[in-house]
Amino acid sequence: MNKGVAITGMGIISAIGNNVEENYTSLIEGEIGISRISKIKTNHKDSIMVGEIEFTNKELEQQLNLTPDNNYSRTALLGAIAAKQAIENARISDINSCKTGLISSTSVGGMDMTEAYFYDYFEDKATHKYIEGHHAGDSTQKIAEQLGIEQSFVTTISTACSSAANAIMLGARLIKSGQLDRVIVGGADCLSKFTINGFKSLMILSDTYNTPFDENRKGLNLGEAAAFLVLESDTVVQAENKKVLAYVKGYGNANDAYHQTASSENGDGATLAMQKALKVAELASNDISYINAHGTATGNNDLSEGRAILRVFGNHVPTFSSTKAYTGHTLAAAGAIEAVYSILALQNNVVYPNLNFKTQMKEFSITPQLKLKEQELQTVMSNSFGFGGNCSTVIFSKKQ
Amino acid sequence: MKSVYINSVGSISSQKTFDNSEFLDEIISYEDSVISVVNPNYKEFIPPAVSRRMAKGVKMGVVASKIALQDANLETVDAIITGTGMGCLKDSEKFLKALIDNDEQFLTPTSFIQSTHNTVGGQIALGLQCKGYNFTYVHASISFESAVLDAKLMLENNEANTILVGGVDEIGDYTTSLHKLINHVKPEKISSTALLQSKTEGAVYSEGANFFVLSNEKQASSYAKIVAIQTYNTLGSTKINEIVSVFLNENNIDIDDVDIVVLGNNGDITYDYFYNELCVGIFNTTQQVYYKHLCGEFNTASSFGVWLASKILKTQKLPEAVKLNNVQASNYKTILLYNQYRGENHSLTLLRKC
Repeated sequence: MNKGVAITGMGIISAIGNNVEENYTSLIEGEIGISRISKIKTNHKDSIMVGEIEFTNKELEQQLNLTPDNNYSRTALLGAIAAKQAIENARISDINSCKTGLISSTSVGGMDMTEAYFYDYFEDKATHKYIEGHHAGDSTQKIAEQLGIEQSFVTTISTACSSAANAIMLGARLIKSGQLDRVIVGGADCLSKFTINGFKSLMILSDTYNTPFDENRKGLNLGEAAAFLVLESDTVVQAENKKVLAYVKGYGNANDAYHQTASSENGDGATLAMQKALKVAELASNDISYINAHGTATGNNDLSEGRAILRVFGNHVPTFSSTKAYTGHTLAAAGAIEAVYSILALQNNVVYPNLNFKTQMKEFSITPQLKLKEQELQTVMSNSFGFGGNCSTVIFSKKQ
Repeated sequence: MKSVYINSVGSISSQKTFDNSEFLDEIISYEDSVISVVNPNYKEFIPPAVSRRMAKGVKMGVVASKIALQDANLETVDAIITGTGMGCLKDSEKFLKALIDNDEQFLTPTSFIQSTHNTVGGQIALGLQCKGYNFTYVHASISFESAVLDAKLMLENNEANTILVGGVDEIGDYTTSLHKLINHVKPEKISSTALLQSKTEGAVYSEGANFFVLSNEKQASSYAKIVAIQTYNTLGSTKINEIVSVFLNENNIDIDDVDIVVLGNNGDITYDYFYNELCVGIFNTTQQVYYKHLCGEFNTASSFGVWLASKILKTQKLPEAVKLNNVQASNYKTILLYNQYRGENHSLTLLRKC
């Protein structure tokens, strides 16, 4: 068994930046990426706000040098951009120099094209190329092709909003067990009318800037994003003298087994996920320096997650904040986006502010970090929870 | 490292497979390009009020998992891992059509809530009150194999002792109509027995759910041992005979040790050559078996292949209907399964009698 799971590269594209540096600058400067929607025609445009990426599909296609006959959904475009950044960041010149896999995650997949051509498919043959791009595995196959990964373990996870955290978890387990030497893990989700209307019908979309852990929170803003990490084994790190950004130290996955969409009142699943992650990391709760919370700013999540944090950490809750106010909730990609933010926090010894917070929640007395804080960090815990009761926690650390 | 066993099976397919006391005793023949499943009496397993709210795929998944639990004589498991290529198609289509037809108005959340890919896994957990590890893989024709691979890793390292693993996909009418446009569905109705004589592109579309309890402890009712499983996103420029030879070699198995090779032929003239190359290549003297004329094609159809192989190993019976050739063998010890869909996402699964 390999002991350490080293992170040697990362890439990201989100509403607050088109690469790692831009995302970090926005986080530090308190620059949020939430605005009115501009790229999707929806009746809800005046009643919702979203975290949109500035590039059009055409611009993203150009960045990837795709020919006009390509059938990339926006999910695939964003995923390919972020994954390529991660490979470059890890300074990998030959992707097949060791046993390399890819684990991506998505919830909408190619839904953006299916909803755009729903009836056109029966009229216009030129649209047919997108039919095959609908299923969730399609974007992953395309990312693998972009990275030159062949004859390898390539798969996709879809556990709603915890998906990318689970991709990181599986990747870490495959490295630890020696099945892979290197694995690219992450997720991608674009905005779509499907998710906008879905969350709208659930009445959990805020009509203004989302306010995680605030007493008067009105719901979430949807966002689009993609992020990937390169995980490598000790052997590869030593052999190639790789620079290690951080380590995946622990992980835990549990099911709330309470309701298809709502979290249990006391966050049973979330509590279990955090406890399992601590156990795998062989850490005590007071070893955690900062929690990057799921904190979607829905009434249900923030209460349930807050209570779970109290159950795990008791009277010693570490500094915590949610970065959803910056990016919106990027669904399947959220766990990967926040993994990048957690690693940047470790590298720079900073805790990001939980923006837009005004009023303390009345159910408990814990308050998120409200101002940018310089703090020596050793370990960061990142939470991601989703529909279907899926609860995931990943712990990142500076040291192995 | 612990060994991993298939301790039970639960299958809902286009054949009457939900009754574990039978094994393809009667073969149902179809003449169509899209076929459905033989339904068990869902009410025996799920209260009607709950069942009414479930789409077909969820119902099939939940019931197949219950049959597998009964077969293993278990109340619950440590983890649940599901594979589904297309997810909850019916609810996705329903919500999408409603939002387009009604111009984003008057929408109710029910079908959206149930449209997420992990609905089956979540509903099984909810029903069992199983708070353990719960993953859903959604990678086309290796969705099920990803789930098995994950479970195997977990059981080998003793992170769990019993895991419910399954593959499930349901037919969605809108999606099927799209796939007809691009010739992924056969243009003609074809008889089950003539599937491999088809001269056209595409497959006979279908649906189904096959669940298994995998464990690192063998029990009297165990079906098989999972020796190895591997998936390949593409084959690159390597030929399938070489890929399989390398795989067997890595697992210290001679080609002659393979008693049966179970192949995923679906009658698509463009892609069946992968199987044909093996049949005339390294497995030309091996007993060859196929099954998609019985269960149809869907992203997790290979889970029916694993059901079939498990039943063969346990009963030591090889139904005539699945034989591609006739090799006299008296003892079935080792079975290799190979599947791919449209030239991508290949998988090799090696099972052994236990």
